[in-house]
Amino acid sequence: MSTKVANAAATDYEPVIGLEVHVELKTNSKMFCGCRNEFGAEPNSLVCPICLGFPGTLPVINRKAVEYLCKTGLALGCSIAAHSKFDRKNYFYPDMPKNYQISQYDMPLTTGGSVTLPSGKRVRLNRIHLEEDTGKNVHAGGRMAGAEYTLIDYNRAGVPLMEIVTEPDLSSPDEAEAYLVQLKAVLSALGVSDVKMHEGSLRCDANVSIRPAGSSALGTKAEVKNMNSFRSVVSALEYEIARQKASLAAGERIVQETRNWDEARKLTYSTRSKEQAHDYRYFPDPDLVPLSLEPATLERWRAELPELPLAKRGRFMESYGLSDYDATILSADIPTAVFFEAVVAASGEPKAAANWMLNDVPRALEKHGLTIESTRMKPGQLAELIKLVKSGTISGKAAKEICEAMVADGEDPQAVIAQRGLAQVSDEAAIAKLVDEALAANPDSIASYKAGKTKALEFVVGQVMKASRGKANVEIVRAALIKRLE
Amino acid sequence: MRTGHEIREAIARKQTSALEVVEQALESAGRLETELHAYIRLLPERARIKAREIDAAVTRGDKLGPLAGVPIAVKDIFTVAGEIATAGSKILENFRSPYSATVVEKLERAGAVIIGKTNMDEFAMGSSCENSAFFPTRNPWDVTRVPGGSSGGSAATVGAGTVPIGLGTDTGGSIREPASFCNIVGVKPTYGRVSRFGMIAFASSLDQAGPMTADVRDAAQTLEVIAGFDEFDSTSVDVPVSDYTAALRDDLSGVRVGIVAEFEAEIGASDPALAALYKAAYADLERLGATLVEVHLPHARYGLATYYLIAPAECSSNLARYDGARYGRRVQNGGDVFEMFERTRAAGFGDEVKRRIILGTYALSAGYYDAYYVRAQKIRTLIKRDFDTSFAACDVIACPAVSCAPFELGQKMQDPVSMYLMDYFTIPMSLAGIPALSVPAGYVTGLPVGLQIVAPAFEEARMLGIAHAYEAATGHARRREPPLAGAAR
Repeated sequence: MSTKVANAAATDYEPVIGLEVHVELKTNSKMFCGCRNEFGAEPNSLVCPICLGFPGTLPVINRKAVEYLCKTGLALGCSIAAHSKFDRKNYFYPDMPKNYQISQYDMPLTTGGSVTLPSGKRVRLNRIHLEEDTGKNVHAGGRMAGAEYTLIDYNRAGVPLMEIVTEPDLSSPDEAEAYLVQLKAVLSALGVSDVKMHEGSLRCDANVSIRPAGSSALGTKAEVKNMNSFRSVVSALEYEIARQKASLAAGERIVQETRNWDEARKLTYSTRSKEQAHDYRYFPDPDLVPLSLEPATLERWRAELPELPLAKRGRFMESYGLSDYDATILSADIPTAVFFEAVVAASGEPKAAANWMLNDVPRALEKHGLTIESTRMKPGQLAELIKLVKSGTISGKAAKEICEAMVADGEDPQAVIAQRGLAQVSDEAAIAKLVDEALAANPDSIASYKAGKTKALEFVVGQVMKASRGKANVEIVRAALIKRLE
Repeated sequence: MRTGHEIREAIARKQTSALEVVEQALESAGRLETELHAYIRLLPERARIKAREIDAAVTRGDKLGPLAGVPIAVKDIFTVAGEIATAGSKILENFRSPYSATVVEKLERAGAVIIGKTNMDEFAMGSSCENSAFFPTRNPWDVTRVPGGSSGGSAATVGAGTVPIGLGTDTGGSIREPASFCNIVGVKPTYGRVSRFGMIAFASSLDQAGPMTADVRDAAQTLEVIAGFDEFDSTSVDVPVSDYTAALRDDLSGVRVGIVAEFEAEIGASDPALAALYKAAYADLERLGATLVEVHLPHARYGLATYYLIAPAECSSNLARYDGARYGRRVQNGGDVFEMFERTRAAGFGDEVKRRIILGTYALSAGYYDAYYVRAQKIRTLIKRDFDTSFAACDVIACPAVSCAPFELGQKMQDPVSMYLMDYFTIPMSLAGIPALSVPAGYVTGLPVGLQIVAPAFEEARMLGIAHAYEAATGHARRREPPLAGAAR
């Protein structure tokens, strides 16, 4: 199916993509009640009469959620509304305890703003608003239609949710992914959300349409839902763009509809559900008073904003001489950036620190199922390792081994060197002896070297290193060998 | 009829015990119930436990709460932890609340003893108590007549003298109209004066809890107990609660009382006997020293239409939660979860509730929202401004509480609009969010009628003070006993 679609696709259309991202805010309590806001608890253990919509209960706005949303808005250059309000979005669905969702309709907390991609492109935001999350339905048999029964977990019901809506500014699936990566980095830096797509704390719906290349009119859009990773967002968008091109090529019209991404079958399908006919009958929630924000409060929040990923990237490039690529990766994740800067401070070696943080450290972390936050390795220990390599006390190879041990157990590099006998041998007499032995064992290579084959030299260096079990200082070995051969 | 303040005094002086008072109230309630049908459920065990606690406190010499040992009746729209709260509906007939309403907690902390949950129009939608899903309540002055609604059960039991204090709710007149019909005092406080937490919602922007009592002093004392900001209700207002009992007065010198020209024209044309009664009441106020001033509420005539857009709109959303999924009644005969919702709601709600849900759903629908809901909100603002203008010329407004004396059961059930018209004089104050009360004002063909006194927002002390002077001077309720009297004599 997807190959057929791809083959039929015309080429003179360009995609127009807008994203709606739902982000669960990492507040201590839920949006309108005092229940703990936590992922992964026993079903229906984090509930109370208020978030279950019991008769007579009333919502009370979580101030922290408002703060988190406004800080996001301030970080992204949005205008924060001095006055906003909450509205009820009315529709019947079993995961909604009140059969309406408290959301914001025509007076969202923020409007405008943008997310700047590493490419420099600014993706404009339409709005960010605050609402409550719904519970989770588990249908026996997987789908609601025809399910024998449905179980509902209300732990998530009432979790603060912010919806970030872009303008239709994205022009490719890759750009959509770049936007999500950048948005996630900003939210992570702000500390307002766990931003874990697999746990549902970041969810993404996409509005996709295509139009003749160069045209400024917008085509009929489809809303694509149910993507559960950045990768599946890209795949779903690629599929959907190809599907729409094929439809137009076949002389069909694009229908405005909601389509679900099927991860297993790698295609989108029309939901054709009752939901589409919904009139949500929005009206201001009479249980809540309009929300007003003092300019002084906003200024305080603005002053509390941390350095954002793009600014950090710029600083890493400028102060530490890192490449664009290295700086982007090291600045995207706050714990990594903090660790990196601590290593730089302790070692005075930004480039070496970057290399370790980009290669061996993540490799070792992954191997041992750790993160930069859970490893017992201290930045000072990695700085020490860098110094030991620079002074020639250990070889690069030994350093990799030590690094892994440090990541796994948090041991000091000196202790690992002592335990494992990894100190580098730089004693010229000892090395000269090993060189002599290697030459004696490989007479052919002397001839080859003299015949101009430099590869032979490296072969003998390798033999010496092997004999020293990697501990010989390779530079001294090479120098000793050349001296002997000439 | 004994008042709450008399009962508290007698208990504090050990002339009687809280348990004895509660037993009398329970006996009276039980004895009258076959004719009056005021209670959906009596709570004898809970009441006895609470009464014994009060008696123990008296014995220990503890400081007693302002309502210590006073038996009260609570409309079944309020939640009491561990007890069933039906809101007069089949859909909640087995709903046991895990928590208590803020007002219930405050009343119990003040020493009040809840003896039962009273009957009401389903979800407070009605003016006669006939929309109760269980049975209609009767008027203690004439059991062939209605007690008014929606707080009809509380009005009837207080009117019969079983308990001195009842708790009601008023959305468009649901405290004031039954208070008028049952010859008691009924107070609708300023919107936001009393917490709505634990009060099952009908129309959130209008609903207020208030006292329905034997006399004005009990109303003042009860309001003092239940009023105040509640962190669980964002719409409750953080304004200090006055000492309402200290504000009670006996003369009205210097008080300017506004008489609404439009209302007088209305009632003069529709019911001359009632109009004459109210004229006499205004004259009484004047005799007490008040100056009468004519005021105008030109937009009040649109109150009913405005109310019947806003209240149903809010109720259509508030009542969406009753779907059988989490609590209350569930009707499930195969089919998917949406069919379960439909069957549960079809079986669980009565006709009037369905009518208003449909009205409200329509008013909020795309394409109609601006023409109906938004326009109604604009008129609401105009009505509020009418009151602001009037209160520049007067301290309180005196006007009819009702447009007729208690009517017979069944008389208006086939004609919803004539029933809606019952709230003609009470709805404008609800829309404006201002306090209003009904105080007994005399009798028309032997049936009681109340006078409405209206004050600016948060001026309950002024309103109660003036009502007290009127009550003290006229004593209409003290002059006669209802045929169905509760107190064993």
